[in-house]
Amino acid sequence: MNPRITLATAGRILSQLRHDHRTVGLLLVVPCVLIGLLAWIFADSPTPVFDQIGASLLGVFPFVIMFVVTSVSTLRERTGGTLERLMTTPLGKGDLMVGYALAFGLVAIVQAIVATSFAIWVCGLDIKGPAWMLMVIALLDALLGTALGLLASGFARTEFQAVQFMPAFILPQFLLCGLLVARDQMPSILSTISDWLPLSYAVDAMKEVTAQADPNVWKDFAIMGAWIVVALVLGSLTLRRRTP
Amino acid sequence: MNKDHGRHAAGATPDGAKPTGDAIVVDHLKVKRGTRLVLPDLSVRVPKGQVIGLLGPSGGGKSTLMRSIVGVQVVGGGTVTVLGEPAGSAGLRRRVGYLTQAPSLYSDLTVRENVAYFARVLGASAADVDRAIADVDLTDHADALVVNLSGGQQTRANLACTLVGNPEVLVLDEPTVGLDPVLRRDLWALFRRLSDEGRTVLVSSHVMDEATRCDRLLLIRAGEILSDSSLPELLASTGAEDAEGAFLALIDAANAANPAGSRTEGVA
Repeated sequence: MNPRITLATAGRILSQLRHDHRTVGLLLVVPCVLIGLLAWIFADSPTPVFDQIGASLLGVFPFVIMFVVTSVSTLRERTGGTLERLMTTPLGKGDLMVGYALAFGLVAIVQAIVATSFAIWVCGLDIKGPAWMLMVIALLDALLGTALGLLASGFARTEFQAVQFMPAFILPQFLLCGLLVARDQMPSILSTISDWLPLSYAVDAMKEVTAQADPNVWKDFAIMGAWIVVALVLGSLTLRRRTP
Repeated sequence: MNKDHGRHAAGATPDGAKPTGDAIVVDHLKVKRGTRLVLPDLSVRVPKGQVIGLLGPSGGGKSTLMRSIVGVQVVGGGTVTVLGEPAGSAGLRRRVGYLTQAPSLYSDLTVRENVAYFARVLGASAADVDRAIADVDLTDHADALVVNLSGGQQTRANLACTLVGNPEVLVLDEPTVGLDPVLRRDLWALFRRLSDEGRTVLVSSHVMDEATRCDRLLLIRAGEILSDSSLPELLASTGAEDAEGAFLALIDAANAANPAGSRTEGVA
């Protein structure tokens, strides 16, 4: 790996986004619309449901969106021939992986600031912990989505397959992450599986920040960080300099 | 085309003499793609500092040979050596430039952004970016998005991304396809200039009249080298009047000897 090439790659991906105003708009507006919709659905509810699940959803959006954006854009590199061209240059596999993670991580920070601010100050989301922690969790979530998207795109040969990986990789994690049913109330096999999935820890951390003034989320951060590193390493293994 | 370029010569001796020796040595190369044996047993040498034409019918193995030389093709046997090192080794990635047949560009970026990105990856300078864009005559379109360019402009933008790294060996897969006669003439003049600087330029084409612009010609058909000679030698040996006639004579003779046209191997 070479820092010059890694940064050049991250800069190139951000330039591509800069030319695509509609994607930037969607990345920033869609999470706000969904959070606003959620707050509205529960506006007349006697219990504060939005306060209970609103924060958790803030962790799910960046994960899902970054997964889709990353898996499609890396698949474009494969099918468009730019990956093969890059593989004849000094670019290392890690340069490409970390370049994507840096670029989309930066986008995720902006997205997290916008979505979290909207949830707290427009929709009145009530959280006990510090707001910056929600943004850190959202950033880790986005990096997780990017890393898993890079990994998934290694197994996709067509755009159709890449899009299908979204429900395959994401929906089971969404069902098991504790948002619909608390993780300790699931059948024991499912609760054990959910202990191994990264999104569970994102939602746990979000719940902790919502409920505690002095939240303890470092274990959740460590597990998510480990998943990000493992997915990036596995993803770089799917890149081959030589192809049949 | 911009003649005033700051490119440093590659491998040329101080008195301007051409470098000697072989840039590329392919020895008993065997490549299988799917169930088809594309290159059964190919051996060839490409001398340094020349423009070499790789010509032949499509599907004959030109692109596969080029992919093997730049080290992105899984090979089934034999060796490919470039500038004394095994093809695809880390030390060669700055010294060998590869142009894919289909434009491999980021269509949502401008020409300059594409060339500048590959320049940074290859460790080239900002001056190299301007020079490469001028070499392919795209200075006026440098800030246009690639998606908005014509096919021929995309082909040239693709070439600029290869030229920007100042490679010593250029492996160019059909760089002039779809271009008008003026641009083709200018690009062949550019290839000539690159070889005058001591670089090796391997160019594939299926347009036979481009043979006249090459120092040597390799005719490849069904994964075999039918001819490896200069154009005058080729015309003398076949008795044909031009390159096209010579190639047709050779291909007809080869087809008569092996009517299947291509070799396949039983499922292994």
